Amino acid sequence: MCTYVTENVEIAGSGKGANGWFSLGEASVYFDHPAHVPLEHSLNIDFLQPELGPSARVAVELDAASARRLAEAILSTLSQVPQELTQT
Amino acid sequence: MSDQMLAETIEIEGFGGDLIEAYFARPTGAGPYGSVVVIHHTPGYDEATKEITRKFAYHGYQAVCPNLYSREAPGASPDDAAATARAKGGVPDERLVGDVEGAARFLRSQPASNSKVGVIGYCSGGRQAFLSACNVEVDAAIVCYGASIVSDPPAGSPSKARSIIHLAPNVRCPILGLFGAEDKFPTPQEVAQLDAELDKYSKEHDFHIFEGAGHAFFAVDRPSYRPEVANKGWEKVWTFFGKRLGG
Repeated sequence: MCTYVTENVEIAGSGKGANGWFSLGEASVYFDHPAHVPLEHSLNIDFLQPELGPSARVAVELDAASARRLAEAILSTLSQVPQELTQT
Repeated sequence: MSDQMLAETIEIEGFGGDLIEAYFARPTGAGPYGSVVVIHHTPGYDEATKEITRKFAYHGYQAVCPNLYSREAPGASPDDAAATARAKGGVPDERLVGDVEGAARFLRSQPASNSKVGVIGYCSGGRQAFLSACNVEVDAAIVCYGASIVSDPPAGSPSKARSIIHLAPNVRCPILGLFGAEDKFPTPQEVAQLDAELDKYSKEHDFHIFEGAGHAFFAVDRPSYRPEVANKGWEKVWTFFGKRLGG
């Protein structure tokens, strides 16, 4: 694929895929050709658990503006929560 | 041309003797038929690529598309398999060559084969079609907007593909190249560089850079699809393979 920009981040949490819930270990964030959304490029996030194989994946594909709104919403939400609740 | 065909998922022997999944489409007549190895794009062994494989059968070729991600993601859906392969940097070149060799061997062994085999690849598969033209005994190769032939992928990319323009002296068959003028991977300048390199070694090739198209203009299920350019491209494909692989 063809913009290639990729960030991988270690994460802890759970995701719900085609076969139900599973624990997550990694997220891959990249801007590239999507599989489904009708855009030439999209901001794609794969929530993964590599130990469980390729099908342990929750995928989203967003247009760039949506991705920015989502990122801002995540940070905004976390900033409004009492700090002691977000320390892990 | 025959519209009667058989298409199905099979296993073929690829690199290192591994059995890998492949999609095989062929006319049901006695032949003899030319054959085509279809190399899928980075999004994988997907519905659109299987449609391309059937298109070759419709036009009178035996066609096989190996699932290049068989080993990373056996049984996974094409998009999950592609995500895994992407994260691992794509398909190693040596393995790709072995898989295409296996596919070509399989096609030549079919009773209806005329022994001629071509290869066509799209996107990352375009680079792999060029790699095949340098390493595999094939009679013709078509490179559709193959990136990373002339230049390495940008820094920070997970792709392990590296420039292979230095292999130009090893090209062993005629090459048809189909590119978009608005593509950035590869740019028209990179296409011109490859064109010049093949000229330098007197390698038979025919390159077309289409105006009004960028990357993936053949991809009917994507917004990059450009029907007019794709139709012109297919005409070039039929003429080129007709001459090189025809029965």
